[in-house]
Amino acid sequence: MSGLLFEGADWNFLTLQRIHDACETVAHKELGLDTYPNQIEVITAEQMLDAYSSVGMPLFYKHWSFGKHFAYHEASYRKGLMGLAYEIVINSSPCISYLMEENTATMQTLVIAHAAFGHNHFFKNNYLFKQWTDADGILDYLDFARGYIAQCEDRFGRLAVEHTLDAAHALMSHGVDRYPGKKKLDFREEEKRAGKRRLYEEEQFNDLWRTVPTGPAKTSAVLNVERRRALLGLPQENLLYFLEKSAPRLAPWQRELLRIVRHIAQYFYPQGQTKVMNEGTATYVHYRIMSRLHQEGRLTDGNFLEFLQSHTNVVFQPEFDDPRFSGFNPYALGFAIMQDIERIVKDPTEEDREWFPDIAGTGDEMAVLRDVWANYRDESFISQFLSPALIRQLRLFHLHDDPAERAGILVDAIHDERGYRRIRRELSKQYDVGYIDPNIEVVDVDLAGDRRLMLRHTVVKGAQLSETDTKRVLQHLADLWSYDVSLVEVDAATDKVLKEYVLNPRIQPAAA
Amino acid sequence: MHIIDRRLNPGGKSLENRQRFLRRAKALVQGAVKKTSQDRDIKDVLEGGEVSIPLDGMDEPRLRREGGTRDMVLPGNKKFVEGDILPRSGDGSGRKSGPGQGDSEDAFRFVLSKEEFVNLFLDDLELPDLAKRKFAEAESEGLVRAGYSTSGSPANISVSRTVTRALARRVALRRPRPEAIAELEAQMEQETDEEKKAALAAELEALKAKAKRIPFIDPIDIRYRRFEAVPKPIAQAVMFCLMDVSGSMSEHMKDLAKRFYMLLYVFLTRRYRHVEIVFIRHTDRAEEVDEQTFFYGPASGGTLVSSALQCMHDIVRSRFRPSDWNIYAAQASDGDNATSDSENVARLLTDNILPVSQFFAYLEVGESGTYSFEMPDSALWSLYERLRANGEPLSMRKVRDRSEIFPVFHDLFQRRGTTQERAAS
Repeated sequence: MSGLLFEGADWNFLTLQRIHDACETVAHKELGLDTYPNQIEVITAEQMLDAYSSVGMPLFYKHWSFGKHFAYHEASYRKGLMGLAYEIVINSSPCISYLMEENTATMQTLVIAHAAFGHNHFFKNNYLFKQWTDADGILDYLDFARGYIAQCEDRFGRLAVEHTLDAAHALMSHGVDRYPGKKKLDFREEEKRAGKRRLYEEEQFNDLWRTVPTGPAKTSAVLNVERRRALLGLPQENLLYFLEKSAPRLAPWQRELLRIVRHIAQYFYPQGQTKVMNEGTATYVHYRIMSRLHQEGRLTDGNFLEFLQSHTNVVFQPEFDDPRFSGFNPYALGFAIMQDIERIVKDPTEEDREWFPDIAGTGDEMAVLRDVWANYRDESFISQFLSPALIRQLRLFHLHDDPAERAGILVDAIHDERGYRRIRRELSKQYDVGYIDPNIEVVDVDLAGDRRLMLRHTVVKGAQLSETDTKRVLQHLADLWSYDVSLVEVDAATDKVLKEYVLNPRIQPAAA
Repeated sequence: MHIIDRRLNPGGKSLENRQRFLRRAKALVQGAVKKTSQDRDIKDVLEGGEVSIPLDGMDEPRLRREGGTRDMVLPGNKKFVEGDILPRSGDGSGRKSGPGQGDSEDAFRFVLSKEEFVNLFLDDLELPDLAKRKFAEAESEGLVRAGYSTSGSPANISVSRTVTRALARRVALRRPRPEAIAELEAQMEQETDEEKKAALAAELEALKAKAKRIPFIDPIDIRYRRFEAVPKPIAQAVMFCLMDVSGSMSEHMKDLAKRFYMLLYVFLTRRYRHVEIVFIRHTDRAEEVDEQTFFYGPASGGTLVSSALQCMHDIVRSRFRPSDWNIYAAQASDGDNATSDSENVARLLTDNILPVSQFFAYLEVGESGTYSFEMPDSALWSLYERLRANGEPLSMRKVRDRSEIFPVFHDLFQRRGTTQERAAS
């Protein structure tokens, strides 16, 4: 259990094995992590670029947009505008981590600790990933998707497939289920429940309720609308799902393509909601593992300094007036909050005891962190654990920019007693998918008339959809629906209609 | 834990996606390629390289919001207190764009390979009159069956040839046939006379021994199929660049000419494996020069076009036999010529140059700012016009501005229709 893992910068596959085993011991014994089995793959820079363009997945179907991303990344990499990531890790079982061949031995250690244990634990334990992704099946599914799409191209033509995929990609951000679906009804359970409810009603019977006047009876027209909407499952915010199930003129293979894109969007849905936590976890874990390895004398001081340098780069958070500033660095924010939790658990101040009575001073920071990693996403994580001490340390402030306000932008809260809660609430909102994605729903279909599909965007805080993009997306939507599509933007507060789009499909449906 | 070395896996996984992208963005990329090629040297244009196309041509639309009231939390407060109003127009610490609103690139840049570049550059152009293809320098090699050899790899054994040779050898050496032996054996069975039987047995023994000495297939019978590398016929071309460099030719005009030559060169190299360029510049006398001198070397004097044509004719005669070479010529001039020279020019062209050339283009260059159709016909232009009217295969164009070069070139080499008919503008 001692002796240096390696010396200098060179490594071979035996070194990687040693590094992995050493990291595993620390991760499982000391940190109590629970990971998928690891698969470590060594790749070249070119292969890394390949992986970039297919959203990091080892296999993916063919589409021009991936070629575009590849060309773009390649050009900026060649010009030296962009460095490549040291690793890519895939939420699958076994958990695949790609390591770049030009990393030094120290970097490989860092990357293995970061990806193969940090991310890996998070993928396996976080509730969002458990709920929405199937780590065992994803690679098989992608393989199926690739084969299926290639087959479709052979049978129905490359262009037809490309059009469908273009349209599906445009709607991808609105092709996810945000809430776990209804469980299948278990009739026996249902009967039992109905019986209980009847019993309860009998016990609570009061004839007086019968005399309470109800509202005016619903007209048959209203009832018809309600019935139709219930049959179509409206309102529906998963546009791809709605099209797949209800678009009148799609061919079966097109529905399958929509389904594939929808499944992939769903697979990535948790990653978008847990950027801060995911990177924070991995950074925290690699920091703990590397420090332990150094303490045990398995890394030389020189190697440890090399690690510290790249670690510092990773968790660097420029301030808002720094030219390098481009929003919060998820590594920095996540790592800072998790270190802060460790401090609160181990060495709380009076303020911490008041703000975090549940965890302050309990002493076992790993138990608290494991619980946090399992049960939170970015939004809830920040709104729970961003402490006043950290707000002061980062000197956070909140700006409120109302375009109607001529005077300028209001500084609404700063790092003081009055501002802590407001800053925390606002920052957590920045990570809330409910606020990030526009809220767009299918509200109705004019079944009796021209089969127009009606969408509604609920406008929050006056932020309307960008016009050119929206027209293009709706055009794709209309092509899939093959009848007219309308979208109204309605202000959430006043219910006022702000704007209306109507698009016709480019190919008129032939007379049925 | 598994460690897998993927470095040796075939790369280029994105190649197909890239091709799909190029196919889709073809029009945009083509425009970009033409634009990029304007700033290059003749030979560099073949090198591929970076192009940029407008982003919005290839966008992937998404439903996204803009505007409205924005709230943001930022790190690094230094002096603000609650309730401060920050002026909107001020920069520096006053106003800061929200996260994710960094500088967006207005164009999409990426690198094209040489092949991709040239293909896009010269898509749907065709060389006129490719009839004269000549066997020339052996540049490419192909494998061709070339009889049989006594050595080679076992995979190339020619069974039929080997068996035939073995048969011939067996016949020539009188190897006893199995039937003969069998017959002798039967005869011996039937023979009752002991003495005769012994003689037959001896004969049989001798036959068997002989059959053993002469093998059914001997190593010397074995023949292998032989393959030979042969040079494939390659068409070769020479391109003559003729230019007037007298004082009346401005830098701008030379630049126009250069661009035209560049296009022609690229085009020829795509059609012919071997292309030579001859640069001939002339004032009142002509000389063959290198590219650098041709475009940038100072020269002065009068103008005698016939001198250049004579020079070209001499070079063709001495170095490029018309039966071996495809000859292309492009002449650039501002149209000035000594009036007394016309007869010479006409004679040289009709008698010596045009009969041996595949293609002769005349490019009349002028100052920018005026329009082509405003150019009065120059002395040379009228002369060539007259020759053309007599049925000589001349292509001629007027060019004023850089942007006209490609359309003119495109026009000359368009795939359908004979160039000569569409020549005059």
